[in-house]
Amino acid sequence: MAEIQLKALAHSYSDRPTGPDDYAIRQLDHVWHKGGAYALLGPSGCGKSTMLNIISGLIQPSEGEVLFDGKRVNELSPRDRNIAQVFQFPVIYDSMTVYENLAFPLKNNKVPASRIKARVQEIAEVLEIEDKLYKKARNLTADEKQKVSMGRGLVREDVSAILFDEPLTVIDPQLKWKLRRKLKQIHEQFDITMVYVTHDQLEASTFADRIAVMYDGQVVQFGTPTELFEAPNHTFVGYFIGSPGMNIVEVERCSDGVCFGATVLPLDSWQVDILKRMTSGNLKIGIRPEFIEISPIASDDTYEANVRDIEDLGTYKIVTVQLGAQELKVRQGEEFEASIDSPVHLSFPKQWLMLYVDEFLVQEQQ
Amino acid sequence: MDKIPDNRAWWLVLPVFLLVAFSALIPLMTVVNYSVQDIFGPGQAYYVGTEWFKEVLADERLQDSLIRQFVFSGFVLLIQIPLGIGVALMMPKSGIKGSLCLILIAIPLLIPWNVVGTIWQIFARGDIGLFGWGINQLGIDYNYTGDTLDAWLTVLLMDVWHWTPLVALLCYSGLRAIPEAFYQAAEIDRASKWAVFRYIQLPRLKSVLIIAVLLRFMDSFMIYIEPFVLTGGGPGSSTTFLSQTLTTMAIGQFDLGRAAAFSLIYFLIVLLISWLFFTAITHADKEK
Repeated sequence: MAEIQLKALAHSYSDRPTGPDDYAIRQLDHVWHKGGAYALLGPSGCGKSTMLNIISGLIQPSEGEVLFDGKRVNELSPRDRNIAQVFQFPVIYDSMTVYENLAFPLKNNKVPASRIKARVQEIAEVLEIEDKLYKKARNLTADEKQKVSMGRGLVREDVSAILFDEPLTVIDPQLKWKLRRKLKQIHEQFDITMVYVTHDQLEASTFADRIAVMYDGQVVQFGTPTELFEAPNHTFVGYFIGSPGMNIVEVERCSDGVCFGATVLPLDSWQVDILKRMTSGNLKIGIRPEFIEISPIASDDTYEANVRDIEDLGTYKIVTVQLGAQELKVRQGEEFEASIDSPVHLSFPKQWLMLYVDEFLVQEQQ
Repeated sequence: MDKIPDNRAWWLVLPVFLLVAFSALIPLMTVVNYSVQDIFGPGQAYYVGTEWFKEVLADERLQDSLIRQFVFSGFVLLIQIPLGIGVALMMPKSGIKGSLCLILIAIPLLIPWNVVGTIWQIFARGDIGLFGWGINQLGIDYNYTGDTLDAWLTVLLMDVWHWTPLVALLCYSGLRAIPEAFYQAAEIDRASKWAVFRYIQLPRLKSVLIIAVLLRFMDSFMIYIEPFVLTGGGPGSSTTFLSQTLTTMAIGQFDLGRAAAFSLIYFLIVLLISWLFFTAITHADKEK
């Protein structure tokens, strides 16, 4: 087990990077603490797999340092870093049985035979493949193969960390949920540092205590699922987390707040203060669909909007309303009823109005 | 739709029938024809049953050359298959170096058999051949025209030089087809070089190795021109392999009946051994 620190890390796949666009990972600093369960969340191509491969040592970073417990490991191969990694698609040694597959990393580490047997049995039980132990691995189904693949990552006891690269891609949705819980249990049981790469926010939040959201080669936020939901640090996090994502509206400076079209949104005084000191014109307001309130009657702090669409998702409804030229999504309970094009009255609770300058959240200074 | 029985449909089988007939049956039947009759000339054929087969099987000259043939093919496989795998493993994975290696390695394959025989006939001579002269200069008495062991080693070396590249090329293509993820997983699992070879590369080379073993067995079992040019089957009859014995019998002595019987036995041996190899390798690791 180890603390993994990334220091001024950057990576480019081209030999002579000329601009920021050539970088798969732009300069970043990050620490994965000992024994944590982390998720690395981001869309395809944001650099998350690259980061994982840099941690495991399959890729040499072009700039910066990787430290395990404070020691530089850039030059060490994966074998010397003593790290386990599970890949997106199952990799099994198909001439071996399931048992031999699971025992393989232990054999390579010269673990005594009796210990191997016990450990393989233990992991096979956790993954519910103990009845397949003596089958040839190549005769398994895709998700059984992936379980074996995961098992090989989990079977070693002394690893610095276990890295998962979208390990549940090939697995049935039913089983996915179960395996995610399994991984979580394994983490609680063995207390190993785990980093789990995924593009699925649900997967990330069920597995991890803290989630790092990656966008365009950078970690834009590192926090608990609640933090990511309530105070997205970057417009991308707002948009990416949540279903549907945050409403993000381009705004301009107005007296005591911001405005878009004819709508004026008053802000908290500290937000206004900060806004006065900033020169950038790239201003955005974000509010989650869950936090917009709809009431049938107008009052001082409500805005009149028109209902454009209502989607019934079974347990809740997503209402699309138009406020001026701006469309907003609002999440409402099943009981919400309104006819299309009818007027409704919206209110935006101040504590949920997030102000973004140059895409990053403006936060109150303590 | 109603089915209309019409026996003319049998004509549709004709193309396949003709193809098989011309490619296999008719030429082979000629040999079968000769193997069961004693033919002196047109209209003078006498049915002799299995007599030729009995004679051929009892012929010591043939038995000896059959044993030599098995020993030769055995050594060919024992040397060329591991060596070919080794060469393939050492070749650069890609880029200009890889292409250059491929070309250099493939050169012996492009040389006609009798030229190969001629090359080695001269190359291995003690007086004017670089190889033979070099060996003699090292103080080793080497003379492939006079010494049985030297002749054998030279024939083997020639075949290794000529055909190991084929095994290497087949293995190289097999190795390139292994996805990078397997090597990454092995690296993560801390597998040794040997373990990577034993559990990843070798199992995934299996299908190309089946082809390599079969090709090398069949080719070496039917070898004719190269040793014929190099040693002429000598010294004595120490490097006379089956094909040469057969040719001597059929053309030298014009003993067509025995030659035909012998041809059929020869063919059946090749067929049987190839089948055995194939079955043994493909069934080796089926689920028990």
